[in-house]
Amino acid sequence: MNALVAIIRRDLLLAMRRKSEVLSALFFFVIVTSLFPLGIGAEPALLHKIAPGVIWVAALLSTMLGLQRMFAADHADGTLEQLALSPEPLGLLVSGKIVAHWLVCGLPLVLLAPVMGLQFNLGTGDLGILMLALLLGTPVLSLVGAIGAALTLGVRGGGVLLSLLVLPLYVPTLIFGAGAVYAQGSGQDAGGHLSLLGALLALAMFFAPWATTAAIRIAIE
Amino acid sequence: MLSAHGLGCIRGERKLFAGLDLQVGPGECLHVRGENGVGKTSLLRMLAGLSAPAEGEIHWRGRPIGDVADEYHQDLLFLGHHDAVKQDLTGMENLLFAARLDGAPLPADQALAALGRLGLRGREDLPVRCLSAGQKRRVALARLLTRKAVLWVLDEPFTALDAGAVEVLSSLIATHLADGGLAVLTSHQAIPIDQVRALQL
Repeated sequence: MNALVAIIRRDLLLAMRRKSEVLSALFFFVIVTSLFPLGIGAEPALLHKIAPGVIWVAALLSTMLGLQRMFAADHADGTLEQLALSPEPLGLLVSGKIVAHWLVCGLPLVLLAPVMGLQFNLGTGDLGILMLALLLGTPVLSLVGAIGAALTLGVRGGGVLLSLLVLPLYVPTLIFGAGAVYAQGSGQDAGGHLSLLGALLALAMFFAPWATTAAIRIAIE
Repeated sequence: MLSAHGLGCIRGERKLFAGLDLQVGPGECLHVRGENGVGKTSLLRMLAGLSAPAEGEIHWRGRPIGDVADEYHQDLLFLGHHDAVKQDLTGMENLLFAARLDGAPLPADQALAALGRLGLRGREDLPVRCLSAGQKRRVALARLLTRKAVLWVLDEPFTALDAGAVEVLSSLIATHLADGGLAVLTSHQAIPIDQVRALQL
């Protein structure tokens, strides 16, 4: 357990020392979500309708930006080999890296989303559901993305391959995440969508660290 | 304690070596020698358990390393081509985090002493990015002092080190062997230690 805390703290410290990489993904999210209202113009009803989709797609793409870095640096400097040879289980350390990735790339999106949502004429109830859906959905993005990041380790031009590999897997999260906010906006109950997001999260928490660990073992061989 | 039987290595289409037997006991050091590309690093990575041998078996304390992975990882310290040192962290942070990731947190004064022993006194708190290649190597080598491992597998540990550091590292290895430790290393230079046995690939 100490090793888990240690790797999360190490990755957060490294992220703090390289703020530009973290901030660029966040700015990307802010700019993409701000461009839509500017491009479409002041049509409150239309903006309200497209808001969940736009915000979720922006969150998806912004998470993608940070994915490649998740293991690439550790792979290049030999740290990944040391993690694999550590007396602590590799799966635990990999889980720690995924948690750190979410804290750096996912959690800020959850906190920023209500501010971005205001541009789209979303009400308080909508914003609450949007935050809740992102809180459940962004960890799934980090978990599923980690599998892709580990599979494309050491591959030349891995960035494009990573997007092609991971984005289709993000589709269920996108559908249920945006669906929850749509449902709330049209006066239905968002509970069903949120439950499915929760189920996706539980499934990803169980399988993703295991699959990622297997992929990393192949990559360092 | 560490033994290998009939080891074979294939890289791509090429067979690098086959039918290799080796045995290293307590207090012994095996110096793997050979030309570039002959498979020294591949052999060391196999011995560390990072890659599976194409043929043959590796045993630790008489049992296959795959079966006793937990115990083996506890006893093994592998330093490869790459230093596994983070450029953005200081030498001190690198050493402390490495210890905690190994599940054995380290008191700061011990880390400080280890870095001092390797001639990095006064540079503990500089980001590694500001250090020279040799100093960066020394940060990685400091783990030899802080991590209590029985078996050292070192790939080219003398690279980039100056004469003084080569001497320090040699004495570290000699002490380790005197304490009953084992070492397997590659190097293109002669190693100034008595208990060294050479293995020509």
